[in-house]
Amino acid sequence: MDGIGQGPKVVFSVFGLDITETVVIGWAIIVAVLLVCLFLTRSLKRIPEKKSQVVAEIFVEFVNNTVETTMGKQWKHFAPYIGTLLVYAVIGALVSLLGLRSMTADFNVTLTWALMTFVLITFYKIKTNGVGGYLKSFGQPIPIMLPLNLLSEVATPLSMAFRMFGNVAGGAVITGLLYGGLSFVSQALHISFCVGPFTLDMAQLFTPAVLSVYFDLFSGCIQAYIFSMLTMVYVSSAAETE
Amino acid sequence: MEKAIVLGCSAIGAGLAMIAGIGPGIGEGYAVGKTIESIARQPEAKGDCTRTMFIGVAMAESTGIYAFVVALILLFANPFIGKL
Repeated sequence: MDGIGQGPKVVFSVFGLDITETVVIGWAIIVAVLLVCLFLTRSLKRIPEKKSQVVAEIFVEFVNNTVETTMGKQWKHFAPYIGTLLVYAVIGALVSLLGLRSMTADFNVTLTWALMTFVLITFYKIKTNGVGGYLKSFGQPIPIMLPLNLLSEVATPLSMAFRMFGNVAGGAVITGLLYGGLSFVSQALHISFCVGPFTLDMAQLFTPAVLSVYFDLFSGCIQAYIFSMLTMVYVSSAAETE
Repeated sequence: MEKAIVLGCSAIGAGLAMIAGIGPGIGEGYAVGKTIESIARQPEAKGDCTRTMFIGVAMAESTGIYAFVVALILLFANPFIGKL
């Protein structure tokens, strides 16, 4: 059962501050994405000649279209934020395919992103209605609703964070349990070999691939998409005047 | 002995918490079925229907995920062991 359901490991600590796996992987992703961006946007032409520019244009077009159809034309300046969120979340979930720990399987990461969305929602609410209008909106439609409105305001970021964390962490736990079970099976069938310090369990070789496609690929991408989708929906509905 | 009882009851509690998985299962199936019905009736609205369905399904799934988080806490970060 070791490793299943445990938090991220501490890699090293600086001045008593623990730097976990998540932080290291997050920075590695930032560097990798930066390098890919530099490579894709090298010597751009008005009419694309290279494949790399076409790939970059397809992605930018996709994000622009999604933001425009979900939030409306006047929100086009919001596309870079959504694109960043999407890329970071998708790659953060997909690193588990490389055998690393998923970045979004850490509650700190998803809670940070959800709090960013919460700040944006509050900012646009105050910008459209003013501070007085924002405070007054908690007493709508009748003042007795105040506690319920406060609760639903707090529940928005919490549910977003828990949804993303639960989905990815759940996949990691189920995959971990499956690996444990398969290692037990192959030891019982005597098809487990020791190669130096590593143990090679034959039953573990191909079976988990199907589950990995669902839990890592599908779940990670869908949750990243839904997270950015919900951010767009919440922010654009926060800026609506009543 | 007390620890064994607490651990066993926590495992049962985790299993009971996951009964909540029934709700999102039925709800999501219903939502997807309705979406397919509407796409069959109006194929040109496929994009809108699919997008709305994904958001709704994600919303419905959150109750199941809350139950899952409760089960995880009971199994791996048990708060009752420290109270003994």
